[in-house]
Amino acid sequence: MVYAFLIHTLRAPKAEEGLCRVLYSCFFGAENSPYDPRPRGPERDRLLRKEQILATARQVESMWQLQQQACGRPAMDLQSQSSDEPVPLQEAPCGAFRLAAGDPFQEPRTVVWLAVLSLGFTLVLDAHENLLLAEGTLRLLARLLLDHLRLLVPGANFLLRADRIEGILARFLPHGQLLFLNDQFVQGLEKEFSAAWPR
Amino acid sequence: MFTAAAESLLRQAREIQAEELKKFCSRVCQLLQEEDLGPDALDALRRLFLIVSATKYNRRLEKTCVDLLQTTLCSPSCPEPLQLLCAAVLREMSPSDSLSLSWEHVQNTWQLGLLASVLLAQGDQKLVRSVGQRVLKVLESRQPEGPSLRHLLPVMSKVASLAPDTLHEDQTNTLNKRLVDWLRYASIQQGVAHSSGGFFSMPRARQPGPVTEVDGAVATDFFTVLSTGQHFTEDQWLNVQAFSMLRTWLLHSGPGGPGTPDADDKSELEGSTLSVLSAASTASHLLPPQERLREKAFEYCQRLIEQSNRRALRKADSDLQKACLVEAVLVLDVLCRQDPSFLYRTLSCLRALHARLCGDPACVRALLPIARFFLTHGEATAVGAEAIYQHLFTRLPSEHFHSPMLAFEFIQFCRDSLPLFGRNLGILRMSFPNLFKFLAWNSPPLTSEFVALLPALLDAGTAVETLHLLLDLPCLTAALDLHLRSSQAASERPLWDVSLRTPGCLEALRDPQFQGLFQHLLRAKASGTPERLAPLHQLLQPLASCARVAQCAEAVPTLLQAFFSAVTQFADGALASQLALLLLERSDSLYQVPGYEARVHRVLSAQFLALCKLHPSLVVERAKELLEFVGSAGGLRGSGRVLTSVVWAIGEYLSVSWDRRCTVEQINKFFEALEALLFEVTQLRPSVTLPKCPPQIITALMTTLTKLASRSQDLIPRVSLFLSKMRTLAQSTAASSVHSEEDAGAICTRATELLNLLKMPSVAQFVLTPSGEVSEPRYHRDANTALPLALRTVSRLVEREAGLLPG
Repeated sequence: MVYAFLIHTLRAPKAEEGLCRVLYSCFFGAENSPYDPRPRGPERDRLLRKEQILATARQVESMWQLQQQACGRPAMDLQSQSSDEPVPLQEAPCGAFRLAAGDPFQEPRTVVWLAVLSLGFTLVLDAHENLLLAEGTLRLLARLLLDHLRLLVPGANFLLRADRIEGILARFLPHGQLLFLNDQFVQGLEKEFSAAWPR
Repeated sequence: MFTAAAESLLRQAREIQAEELKKFCSRVCQLLQEEDLGPDALDALRRLFLIVSATKYNRRLEKTCVDLLQTTLCSPSCPEPLQLLCAAVLREMSPSDSLSLSWEHVQNTWQLGLLASVLLAQGDQKLVRSVGQRVLKVLESRQPEGPSLRHLLPVMSKVASLAPDTLHEDQTNTLNKRLVDWLRYASIQQGVAHSSGGFFSMPRARQPGPVTEVDGAVATDFFTVLSTGQHFTEDQWLNVQAFSMLRTWLLHSGPGGPGTPDADDKSELEGSTLSVLSAASTASHLLPPQERLREKAFEYCQRLIEQSNRRALRKADSDLQKACLVEAVLVLDVLCRQDPSFLYRTLSCLRALHARLCGDPACVRALLPIARFFLTHGEATAVGAEAIYQHLFTRLPSEHFHSPMLAFEFIQFCRDSLPLFGRNLGILRMSFPNLFKFLAWNSPPLTSEFVALLPALLDAGTAVETLHLLLDLPCLTAALDLHLRSSQAASERPLWDVSLRTPGCLEALRDPQFQGLFQHLLRAKASGTPERLAPLHQLLQPLASCARVAQCAEAVPTLLQAFFSAVTQFADGALASQLALLLLERSDSLYQVPGYEARVHRVLSAQFLALCKLHPSLVVERAKELLEFVGSAGGLRGSGRVLTSVVWAIGEYLSVSWDRRCTVEQINKFFEALEALLFEVTQLRPSVTLPKCPPQIITALMTTLTKLASRSQDLIPRVSLFLSKMRTLAQSTAASSVHSEEDAGAICTRATELLNLLKMPSVAQFVLTPSGEVSEPRYHRDANTALPLALRTVSRLVEREAGLLPG
């Protein structure tokens, strides 16, 4: 099952300025340690969660940067993609890595990420998950989010449209459950979504 | 895209002050209390979500606001976007102790699901259990016209993984029964389109036909996730949900409850003889619910395996087929672990599947769970699956090292399956050259995995070859890049570094002289005989500036550390000796990537000393080779770190107390060699080819010479002479152009200390060649033998003597 989903920025390799920003994050359930003797305040827990997410986003960003450099792809002008061209999601760089227990999440986790231009989509999964399914789900989510939020139109700001993101996640990744959806099921769900959210 | 406008919006959301937030909250409250929740309310909630989520610190919202969010979430008439936002805001604020959701009266399963997501985010096990109980109550009710249950199954799955002990046995059984219904008996007719028109809509829409397979043929058996149609019925949706959560459910509701799936394997084997008999003799509908679910799950998996053989019409379905294959094998694995009576039927099925998949390069990732299955269950059924492992370790890495996802999954498979390899561990170990290909090509994500994997890969037989390959890892990266350039079809997307052109290398690749070396570097199995790859280093020099090679080069020092800490656990004297020599030999025969040599030397110099400490006699045993190393000019290249360690090791361990075979002749021979080296080093002026000699070498040489002199006391006059010359040299103005003042001062000080020590030869011997007991605390506490006492005595004597001398 998925523990968290995040959307974050990706800076070009060797970019000096700017920070890696988490634009949207969502947790499914919570890690709990019944054996932790320290008193846990809710604020501390929330702070911890946010920092875990930021740490993960930064790691994904550096993995992506390293992969880009290794492929010899120059730091492209990431803003230049026009909104009409369909984004070649099948060829979008993706990768996976493991996070050991405690670093930063309490339990060992696997991270699967997908980079579309300057946005990163990341799933934080339980340690032994079906990665083929996770990768497919991630590509699907990226496609839906790019389509329905028109993320590629410059200036279109999706920070204020979290309801759409929530709507997509609620249908395609309910409670962090990866679903085996064949193409017709996906179309059916998309129709439902479009009906509830007229563009 | 992340523009400046978005950046400023984020900043505003972060910097909003408490006062402003309070005002905003009251506005939100106002809007939410209206009858008609319109676009203003939606906009306000969107902003509220951004404000709460933009910062990692807590945002204190007014209690009235929070309560209103909860009520709005539970209200039946609220439009969906608003419901989602209320839930999202409440979830963002979790864990929170100001929640007071009352959800008993909520009937709508969609809302129930949203509420559950908020409650599960609190991190409270009691809440998780109560969510589980509530959801189960709804799932148990048999209402065909009732609310859609498909929003609730994922909640159940989440609850099962967070708090597996939530449900009692009879509750689990009830759910098992329903899961069986949904998995096996879903409708095989397509659903009807939901037409929105009422009275005036097209009457009598076409009767929906049967569901189809992914290749368009009519479905031949029961409905599964690989069955398609234009529209779907409710139970078909539940079929999809049920399969999606099946593995988690089986794991967490299986015998012995939650916990390590590998435990109790053997006890299951004994206890299951009863179920073997009962499965054979009882009709399946008489089985208890859990066994029945397993039986149906088994049928489902078999059907999926059959369905995945069809050629899907759409690409997305083709990808899903592969994911289904993987899941089917994983579920079969769980089933066989829980009930070994499934093994007989599964093994033959999986063998056939493996044979089918071997020829299909697109299905390569599905081979891993099959191999894992055979590793887990092979022993129990005495099935030899060597062919499967051979194929996995020999063919797969050579052909697919460049795929990052496969590389990760493969290494994860190796790491997680280590305890299962048993007598097949040899195959894994012998395949280390192939495994290193994954590492060489994808070093950033895989370095930490390999650090964990290395200890298992090493044994006395492969250690030497592994070390050679580790040192040559960046060269392997370059060779793989070249291999891809020369072998990939022109039409495919290039996998190599496109920013670099290497026509010369490709030409040379055809040279038969190099082909042998290439084949050796790109071998799939350990060969047992190391080859000197220096010619390849030169040939591949243009590729050394490749980013991928540089990334690999950065990973190597970490891997070397892991290698040595593993090897020193089991290395005996002979192996330590061999490795030490290997270090020296390779220290000046490395692939020249910028910065690589310096980093590797740092590790090698430290590890040489560690090896000597492990097996001190190696200095005496390998005296000849060490003399050669010291005499050659190679050690002076670079930072001279390795040379410094060698010199230091000689000083420490070339004595009778470490090895009885040490002779005075040997000491003298080393002395001569080191003296000559010191002379050479101090006479050298820095030039383009030989950088400035670091002072560490000089002080190490002086100290070692003194140590040797203290063991063979005829040498003392020579050393004293040399040391005073060094002191003068260091103090002279000529020296300051070569060394900085600090360095010259250090050399001078050390020379003085050593000279003073040599004035009392027996003390010198005591200080410089302490007996093995020096590591005992008693040695230092005992007032009669303590080293500090001796040193203090010496300095006082020397000072007194110095006071008597003029100047």
